[in-house]
Amino acid sequence: MAKTIEEINEKIKSAKAVVVTAEEMVDIVKKEGPGKASVKVDVVTTGTFSPMCSSGAFLNIKLPNPKMKMQKVFLNDIEVFAGLAAVDLYVGATSMRRDDPLNRMHPGKFLYGGGHLLEDLVAGREIELRASAYGTDCYPAKEMKKTITLDDINEAIMCNPRNACQNYNCAVNTSDKAIYTYMGKLNADLGNANYCSAGQLSPLLNDPEYRTIGVGTRIFLGGATGYVTFNGTQHAPGKKRNKLGIPTAPAGTIMVTGDLKEMSDKWIKGVSFTGYGASLMVGIGIPIPVIDEKIAATCGASDEDITCPIVDYSSDYPNSTGKTLGEVTYKELRSGKIKINGKEVITGSLSSYYRAAEIAGILKNRIEKEEFKLGIPQKLLPRK
Amino acid sequence: MIDKKIVLHFPRSLVNEPIVYKLIEDFNLSFNILKAQILPDREGLMVMELHGTREDYNRGLAYLKNSAVDIQLLSKDIKRDEDKCTHCGVCVATCPTDALRVKKDTREIIFDSDKCIACELCIDSCPTKAMALHF
Ligand code: SF4
Ligand code: SF4
Repeated sequence: MAKTIEEINEKIKSAKAVVVTAEEMVDIVKKEGPGKASVKVDVVTTGTFSPMCSSGAFLNIKLPNPKMKMQKVFLNDIEVFAGLAAVDLYVGATSMRRDDPLNRMHPGKFLYGGGHLLEDLVAGREIELRASAYGTDCYPAKEMKKTITLDDINEAIMCNPRNACQNYNCAVNTSDKAIYTYMGKLNADLGNANYCSAGQLSPLLNDPEYRTIGVGTRIFLGGATGYVTFNGTQHAPGKKRNKLGIPTAPAGTIMVTGDLKEMSDKWIKGVSFTGYGASLMVGIGIPIPVIDEKIAATCGASDEDITCPIVDYSSDYPNSTGKTLGEVTYKELRSGKIKINGKEVITGSLSSYYRAAEIAGILKNRIEKEEFKLGIPQKLLPRK
Repeated sequence: MIDKKIVLHFPRSLVNEPIVYKLIEDFNLSFNILKAQILPDREGLMVMELHGTREDYNRGLAYLKNSAVDIQLLSKDIKRDEDKCTHCGVCVATCPTDALRVKKDTREIIFDSDKCIACELCIDSCPTKAMALHF
């Protein structure tokens, strides 16, 4: 029997809702089948904690006196986007300090970037602000230098154009020298294989056909409550899918928004990838309302049922050949070793499964304590 | 007599040379190989404990340096900053010993400093720079 999100919210209000994590749902569906599970369970909580490069925040700086229309702005020596109104800025996770050597001495270390700046802000650490302007009649100030913290910023709104990617590649290198990528260092001759997904816990893999997730879905974002505000950039629902409708390659994405001031630096972490750049690890969790048997079946899918392509980042990825070296399940990846072309290759994960499970647990707890109600999507993510 | 742990990084050109053998033959050094990743025609890595007189040890090291092997001495301490570690697991694949490993049930990443040989390989690979050298 189908349920609506409104009915589930009523159950949450009267403390009657049955909430389980996506990990727990795997066992329930295995034992009782998706039909029974869909009657028994109301909400499945998911989680992911991964580097997500397409992340950042809008900041509105307190106007100085006399007023200033900031034109060029540096925060801890990172130039931020100021092409908005007088004191509106956007900090992107991958921007770098102006004196960073980048890859001039290859491989560069990229120790401090926009992701680290966002983490520092969330942690309440001091940030050095330097701004310059050409001066106008209404905004006469031309220079400003000040130490600020998140408290000195009017609004700090995280707005990430592409997060929580549905599935991802397993990256390898078949060339004869090591390469440095956003998937980490990949050693020569299939020296290692890196992957990046929470698999069975991953939000969009639990609702693979976007039947419950859309604009207005309430989520866990960086420790706070946030929202899905649109489909993400490069949202590609048309990828090949398995019997359960789960894509076998990177497919859907979401755009998310939340208040940076409510977030925690445990779930907003600056990261550096040697030879590649800086990024931000973002913790996201989405509750999936179990509206029917079909969604119970996909929430019950385990790492064994989810596959991803093995892609050669030494040639096929940079040259967009579309070729893969085969497919592998997340269960195999998590075993620590996989076989590629007959060779045993060790695996490394960029996404933290341990923390993803923690997020699913926190979200479950918040819903059970009635601190978190399900958002009703106004427009589901596009399926085409 | 001294005992020292060192890490040797062999460039491709040297992988097929009998370099380690020379250490015993010409410099009377005995050694324990703690970890070796050397394949023909590839860059190689070897972690070893050298044992011998100080003079032989210094001569052996000078020989290695002259032969373009990159040497790293292991006398420092590696620590993990628990607040920074996200338990992702990228480091697990780079760690030559079992010092960094995945706990089977929860997938927590364990750091066992007793097994750490301070080879520093995890430092670069850790995205949050949780692994660091302490002197
Ligand atoms: S790579 Fe760094 S953050 Fe990831 S598990 Fe290892 S020590 Fe922790
Ligand atoms: S330094 Fe890092 S990679 Fe090397 S043994 Fe210790 S933990 Fe493992």
